[in-house]
Amino acid sequence: MSMVNVGRPTRPEGSTTETRPATLTGGRGLLQDEALIFELGGWDKTGVDLPAPALDASDLGDLVRKDPIGLPGLSEPEAMRHFVRLSQKNHAIDLALYPLGSCTMKHNPRLNEKMARLPGFSDVHPLQPQSTVQGAIELMDRLAHWLKTLTGMPAVALSPKAGANGELCGLLAIHAAHDAKGDTARRVVLVPTSAHGTNPATAAFVGYSVREIAQTEDGRVDLKDLEAKLGPDVAAIMVTNPNTCGLFERDIMEISRLAHAAGAYFYCDGANFNAIVGRVRPGDLGVDAMHINLHKTFSTPHGGGGPGAGPVVLSEALAPFAPAPWVVSGADGYKLVEFEEAEAADAFGRMCAFHGQMGMYVRALSYMMSHGADGLKQVAEDAVLNANYIKARLQGVMSPAFPEGPCMHEALFDDSWLEGTGVTTLDFAKAMIDEGFHPMTMYFPLVVHGAMLIEPTETESKFELDRFCDALLALAGAAKGGDTERFKGAPFYAPLRRLDETRAARQPKLRWTSEPGANLAAE
Amino acid sequence: MRYLPLSADDRAQMLDVIGAKSIDDLFVDVPAAARRSGTVDLPAHAGELEVERELAALAAKNTAAGSVPFFCGAGAYKHHVPATVDHIIQRSEFLTSYTPYQPEIAQGTLQVLFEFQTQVANLTGMDVANASMYDGSTATGEAVLMAARVTRRKKAVLSPGLHPHYAGTTETLAHAVGIETVTLGAKVDAEADVIAAIDADTACVVVQTPNVFGTATDVTKIAEAAHAAGALVIVVVTEVMSLGLLKDPGSMGADIVAAEGQSIGNALNFGGPYVGLFAAKEKLTRQMPGRLCGETVDAEGRRGFVLTLSTREQHIRRDKATSNICTNSGLCSLAFTIHMSLLGEKGLRQVAAINHANARKLKDALSSVKGVEVLTPRFFNEFAVRLPKPAAGVVEALAKKGVLGGVPFSRLDPKAGLDDVLLVTATEVTTDADINEFKSKLAEVLS
Repeated sequence: MSMVNVGRPTRPEGSTTETRPATLTGGRGLLQDEALIFELGGWDKTGVDLPAPALDASDLGDLVRKDPIGLPGLSEPEAMRHFVRLSQKNHAIDLALYPLGSCTMKHNPRLNEKMARLPGFSDVHPLQPQSTVQGAIELMDRLAHWLKTLTGMPAVALSPKAGANGELCGLLAIHAAHDAKGDTARRVVLVPTSAHGTNPATAAFVGYSVREIAQTEDGRVDLKDLEAKLGPDVAAIMVTNPNTCGLFERDIMEISRLAHAAGAYFYCDGANFNAIVGRVRPGDLGVDAMHINLHKTFSTPHGGGGPGAGPVVLSEALAPFAPAPWVVSGADGYKLVEFEEAEAADAFGRMCAFHGQMGMYVRALSYMMSHGADGLKQVAEDAVLNANYIKARLQGVMSPAFPEGPCMHEALFDDSWLEGTGVTTLDFAKAMIDEGFHPMTMYFPLVVHGAMLIEPTETESKFELDRFCDALLALAGAAKGGDTERFKGAPFYAPLRRLDETRAARQPKLRWTSEPGANLAAE
Repeated sequence: MRYLPLSADDRAQMLDVIGAKSIDDLFVDVPAAARRSGTVDLPAHAGELEVERELAALAAKNTAAGSVPFFCGAGAYKHHVPATVDHIIQRSEFLTSYTPYQPEIAQGTLQVLFEFQTQVANLTGMDVANASMYDGSTATGEAVLMAARVTRRKKAVLSPGLHPHYAGTTETLAHAVGIETVTLGAKVDAEADVIAAIDADTACVVVQTPNVFGTATDVTKIAEAAHAAGALVIVVVTEVMSLGLLKDPGSMGADIVAAEGQSIGNALNFGGPYVGLFAAKEKLTRQMPGRLCGETVDAEGRRGFVLTLSTREQHIRRDKATSNICTNSGLCSLAFTIHMSLLGEKGLRQVAAINHANARKLKDALSSVKGVEVLTPRFFNEFAVRLPKPAAGVVEALAKKGVLGGVPFSRLDPKAGLDDVLLVTATEVTTDADINEFKSKLAEVLS
């Protein structure tokens, strides 16, 4: 028997030209052009096998629905393929650096996922008898202890569902505290111009009007302006620290002193706690309330936009007003106080049904225990070191918004270095996509023109940071060298080219509807 | 430390590039009074094995729903979730991605959101749905604020069967902006009582079906009365599985639907994270809170999806936004969409029918126990019973006998005077053996 030696070619042959033909089907190699489930699925198909019901619904009469609902079904292999194909069109922290400033995209340890899925945590009902969930309540108590110790604050409300919900909780506690003193004339919240959009939105949500505080040339709160705007009508100031320019508010203690002297409370937006965790305690800075995004600092996954968790630490002055439920412990074990009674008699109410984001509590505690006090301090130090390293490597070519002094966990650049190139911050960001990186936060904070806010986090190696800096420097060289097409048309190599957001907003299409000739009723 | 890639050598080299002598140089802006030497007073780092051991010990102190006959509901439900769901949501590209702010490299998340919005809109019978809220209770509160914006009125009437936690959450949000809430006292079957409370200042009525006692209500007449008075109708659904069997809120006249989506794709998780569903009539779209995903095209004309109508949102409109919500329940809505895609209409209808059938069996079993009276006239998968003694003590006694026998109403509202009322639920996971065990243990406890 002899081998056929005219087999398939094993070396590249033919054209190696740089222009590639468009594919005929829309698919591109590993990237599939994937239809919607409404186009793929069957109206009479299901991917679950169920027994027939033992009894009918004749007892419900006219309450029973009769018309088609419009929910296609997929068999299991079809469903698996559909969602796996879609997944491949996403950037992810597990793929590469995700340097979104203010978002803290750090590695999400899988131990946390495993712990959250233990049936003793994931398969317990929020209203089971408390005697049957002592471990779950104890876990909440332990998480509370870690959060209070790390922030140097005496109390924490665990239930807020995300950062903005935490802001709401903090402002409601402040509102309740003023009310309790009969001080009902305070209708204003002061917010720096550089603040996250959630701050003014939350203040308005609680019925306050918002007054902006100016910023100094070195990117901090303008104390003179703050002092001028504080008065008997001010309920609170909301200041992010480190702030959204990536800078520590040097005068933070003076800020809190001024606020307190004017009878206002100091709400700190804790979105950037990752820069100082384990090294600086907000309680030492005069903070009255601060939310902690467990999905930022404490590594619970962002999941494409949530779920998050936003526990709020509170000062002695605000603690009595924390919302129900409260965790208390005593001789009989752990207890949830679920109403405005006993220890929680002055609670301002309830933020949500049940007890908050238990699944996130487990993940965050697993992360904290893994790092410990020593590791968490190192987290802050490495996060700050990484950001300063990026700033140092890029500042010769790109323009830091605040060149003087160190930054904290994120490095902020403006677009003055792009002047005359015809390339905008948006173009530059889209070109980064072609190089395999997720863009940094763009056009935020609003106080810096064409802002580019880069937050690497501590979970990047020096090798990755260098790869990232090398890519940005190469792109900067291309921009300054007049290679504008690379930027204007970008991205070229993403699953899609630049999307028409104006069209989406002008002709909103927010759900799938059957095209003529393929309508639902015919199925 | 296993999550930190930098070596001591890396750190030294990087400090050198920065031009700093030590890490402390980078923290110079921290006021001296707040600088600390050493670490905070917490345990040092721990290996994976140690953490696992410690947390597993805590988990072991809890009675998992799946380990005993289980009948709790009241806003959180134990359903069977196919293994595929948990596998897909743990894929790196879904689990570890951010909000899809760069649509060219987030089409996976965005297309799922578009599918999710369509599923929710179709299921609720509404025109548009958003990309999720935190949970059903916060969705309800936001719906009330939205109704007040739309009608420019300042009063919300809450139905007697609205879940007390939903009422509490709504009151927190509404009172903060000066919206008055009218509550009518908990009743098993009196959603229509809201009609008498509607006046010229009423922005909306909030009606739950099936309500917290399990009672299913046709809200058509309530909607007619509300609309006649210029008020909006918010229909709340805490058990979304019920929409596989019962009429959708849209067909009964709802303007806004606020629902808890946990039942599809999501575990009990001791109360969170869950996924709030928020749907409305098309004309209300621009007053909706939260993210919306819309269809568009890319530069080459290919279909793609983006977050849209964001001029409603906090990152653009700041203090003029429709809500302060930012992060929502992305991964939980993915779980919902996967599970719903697997079920399809056929599977959903079938699993809903099984839920209902099992609840009917449970009703027959419990009504045969001496002293137990079934209160709920029409139900999907949960109902209320009156016991001859306070329900809280009965539930504790049942737990000691290895049965998680429902939720005492007093756990939700101790002041309602309904201490003898117990809420019980059966789903597709409930077996005949579970029901028999519950029945015999309840008889023992009551005897």
